[in-house]
Amino acid sequence: MRPLTEEETRVMFEKIAKYIGENLQLLVDRPDGTYCFRLHNDRVYYVSEKILKLAANISGDKLVSLGTCFGKFTKTHKFRLHITALDYLAPYAKYKVWIKPGAEQSFLYGNHVLKSGLGRITENTSQYQGVVVYSMADVPLHPQGEKDLLNTHCLHGGEIYLHLILTSAYNGSTITYYIRNEMDIQGPGANSPSTSTAGALSRPHTPTPQDSVSVSL
Amino acid sequence: MGRKLDPTKKEKRGPGRKARKQKGAETELAKFLPAGGDENSKRLSSRARKRAAKRRLGSAEAPETNKSPGAKPLPGKLPKGVSAGAVQTPGKKEALSLFNIARGKKRPAPTHSSAEEEEDSEGDGVVNQEDLWGSEDSDAGMIDDYGAGSNSEDEDEDDGEELLPIERAALKQKAQEAVAGDQWSEAETDEEEEEEQVSAESGPREDEESEGGLQINVDEEEPFLLPPAGEVEQDTQAPDLQRVHKRIQDIVGVLRDFGTQREEGRSRSEYLQRLRKDLATYYSYGDFLLGKLMDLFPLSELVEFLEANEVPRPITLRTNTLKTRRRDLAQALINRGVNLDPLGKWSKTGLVVYDSSVPIGATPEYLAGHYMLQGASSMLPVMALAPQEHERILDMCCAPGGKTSYIAQLMKNTGVILANDANAERLKSVVGNLHRLGVTNAIISHYDGRQFPKVVGGFDRVLLDAPCSGTGVISKDPAVKTNKDEKDILRCAHLQKELLLSAIDSVNATSKTGGYLVYCTCSIMVEENEWVVDYALKKRNVRLVPTGLDFGQEGFTRFRERRFHPTLRSTRRFYPHTHNMDGFFIAKFKKFSNSIPQSQTGNSVTSTPTNPDLPNMNGQVIPMSESGSPSTKKAGQAKQRLQKQQHPKKSSFQKQNGISKGTDTELSTVSAVTKAQASSKLQDSSQPPETAAVVREPKEAGKLKQHSPKLQSSRKAAFRKQHAPPKAMDTDLPAAPSLSKTQATPKPEDRDQPFGNTTGAEKVKQQVAEQPFKKAAFQKQNGTPKGPKTPTMSSRSSSQPPPAKRRKSQSRGGRQPALTW
Repeated sequence: MRPLTEEETRVMFEKIAKYIGENLQLLVDRPDGTYCFRLHNDRVYYVSEKILKLAANISGDKLVSLGTCFGKFTKTHKFRLHITALDYLAPYAKYKVWIKPGAEQSFLYGNHVLKSGLGRITENTSQYQGVVVYSMADVPLHPQGEKDLLNTHCLHGGEIYLHLILTSAYNGSTITYYIRNEMDIQGPGANSPSTSTAGALSRPHTPTPQDSVSVSL
Repeated sequence: MGRKLDPTKKEKRGPGRKARKQKGAETELAKFLPAGGDENSKRLSSRARKRAAKRRLGSAEAPETNKSPGAKPLPGKLPKGVSAGAVQTPGKKEALSLFNIARGKKRPAPTHSSAEEEEDSEGDGVVNQEDLWGSEDSDAGMIDDYGAGSNSEDEDEDDGEELLPIERAALKQKAQEAVAGDQWSEAETDEEEEEEQVSAESGPREDEESEGGLQINVDEEEPFLLPPAGEVEQDTQAPDLQRVHKRIQDIVGVLRDFGTQREEGRSRSEYLQRLRKDLATYYSYGDFLLGKLMDLFPLSELVEFLEANEVPRPITLRTNTLKTRRRDLAQALINRGVNLDPLGKWSKTGLVVYDSSVPIGATPEYLAGHYMLQGASSMLPVMALAPQEHERILDMCCAPGGKTSYIAQLMKNTGVILANDANAERLKSVVGNLHRLGVTNAIISHYDGRQFPKVVGGFDRVLLDAPCSGTGVISKDPAVKTNKDEKDILRCAHLQKELLLSAIDSVNATSKTGGYLVYCTCSIMVEENEWVVDYALKKRNVRLVPTGLDFGQEGFTRFRERRFHPTLRSTRRFYPHTHNMDGFFIAKFKKFSNSIPQSQTGNSVTSTPTNPDLPNMNGQVIPMSESGSPSTKKAGQAKQRLQKQQHPKKSSFQKQNGISKGTDTELSTVSAVTKAQASSKLQDSSQPPETAAVVREPKEAGKLKQHSPKLQSSRKAAFRKQHAPPKAMDTDLPAAPSLSKTQATPKPEDRDQPFGNTTGAEKVKQQVAEQPFKKAAFQKQNGTPKGPKTPTMSSRSSSQPPPAKRRKSQSRGGRQPALTW
């Protein structure tokens, strides 16, 4: 476990800023204590300093996780957000997409959302913008807000044809990620094939041409 | 005004409500009638027969009057009393009309229909009355009552249409009974079926008889005969489960009333043996586990338990209050077609799922972390732990993270939780679950729990959900039935003891808010629960406190040959058959001292010699505290010493008294300790071991003496070694060391020196460990449960301060060793 280097911090913040913009500042300077990012097993954890102190007692090989995992660095030093960061990104997200209840389930299970499934979208959402997807029920009071990290891909000029891409990098960054890729959230298991942990949900992800495009990132 | 035409009810026109009812009754009757007709002769009970005879003799006109009005059997045409029956018709009408008027009915006429109308309201009530009044014959008051009584069926069955409400009700009841009887017999085995049918048929006949008749019927059953051994052998080849089940029931029945129902010449153990085999066959248990369970439960409960293990527990889930509220979650799930209810009064976050049209583990709510699938019993330990905000908490065996997330949710994501598990594979699910549920205050580590105080210590609370044999969750994992044996259980128990000790050591006793530890297992074996807890009580400065759960059964304080500490009553056991949750055991400890008693006696060689010395000090201490004047301290001690030397053996008991008094009174009055007494305080800390030792003294006094000379010197030395440093820390060091030194020497003869031999040393170790529970230690050493009756105990108990005080004093005394040793 170590603090991030300058370079790593830059890469990571760039990525996060795609979703929450200048709200990133709020993550770093919190009123309720000092929070910091720590790198462990190539994963970046966002953690309170108090917790960090206790975690310092635990040797590196025995430490599995602490605080919240934001994402990981690839071997090529790119940063990939994990679904676990959603709790922190969703409240600050600049661009949002709401999808209709009918499309909700199918989206969660790894399918694209077509235009018909689109409920609302933040105005001026540009192409390749990082968005957070909400279900229609996402009223602040309402607890039921499935929020997902996704990238929009607007085709055909002005026509909003939303193609919510499950990029290969994310390997399906909906919250079903918890089921399908449980092994991948944590460090060591990262390299193992991470599909098929939960029966019906483990629909093998079929990469589409768009998936491989690094556009989204 | 009046009724409005309701188009929706149009089709209900025509034959009115009454008519339809009548028809219904007719058809209903038709079902029973043929049977009734066939069995007419059979069904007459002895009383009915008598009545019929009377009727025939006494009132020939009664039937005529009844039938003459045509198809209008008026209410109460036939009361129970035969003589009254003849006179009835007019009077009855009057009564009825009166009744109706009194009730303010619209229709005054006591017509047939009015009686019908009242069917609903009256029928049941009358039936009940009838039941209550059992013996109608004597009851003259019943005569006017609608003729409701027992119109003998034989007369009215032909004109079923015209049956009176009460008659119909009675018929219905009979029918139900008959049906019930049939079902009953279906459940039974073939052999029984005939018998049962008879009894089902005889059911109606005995309807009018008191319950006694039914019981007699039961008694008439053939006594169960234990099958001979040969047959048994046959049975094992191809067991007929139905027969086995029947036999189980029979044996349980016999064993329940063994004195009268036993077969001559068969012993209880034979029956038990048979039962055990049958249960093992029927429920497919291994012999070992079944034996254990039979020890654990009384027979009737055992069968219930085994049955409960065949049925899955209800699916329960816990709302994640970090993300949602229970009401909202329930609404959301209901919208998805899940049928659920709140779990119980004791849980504010639990929901129980009856059925669901969607996979409950893959709803968007689940994925968004709004709830966690968790057994009801798994919530209890966390509730017992009662974590507070901003605490440091250790969950020693956390996988799969259900309890951990519950802790986090009770702490509202404040403080720190260290979630540890030894199994790396299972930790993956912990990581997933905690992230999904939005737990941000957790550190997940992968240590063996036994290493724990070394890694990190000083937690406010620790939850130890120890790995266990899983005998409480057989419904989840039926493999447990057969694949456990004694070794597995003991291996588990051993691991649990190790874990529990390290868990206790990880707790910070001086924590302002905490200092608690919850130990739980999903096993119901005594070896893994009470035994382990009892062990911890002996080994560490902990005591059991109430778990805060208002249900569940108390833990055992005695189990077969084992006797556990009486406070084990505050532990809780949960069973599948009584609480409809997984079998579970929960104990909550409060740690009152950070010192580890074990380390004192860890090496017997060095530590043993110190013990014999301690009584001296106590001997001195007592008079001090009693006299209360520090100035006379030395003199008093010297006197006492002299006395003791003169009557070494006699004084042994006195000493015990004195000592015990010393421990309690002194410790409780420590606050008022003067300077001089400070030294005594010091000595107190080491009392428990020596009190225990003294009790044992009388027995061993003889052989002890031989050890004394050679021990003496070493003892002295060791004493000095061990006691000097702490005293140096103490305020009055000039007095204390000299005292102890001088006093250490004269005593060896009358002290017990069992510590010289190894067994003695071991015992001492135990005794030291029992420090907080002196009383228990006393009893144990006396070797008899009569302990309290001896003078020692009585005087001792009289000198005990009230519990609260004592606790204080204990904790104080307990903490001292940290300084002194």
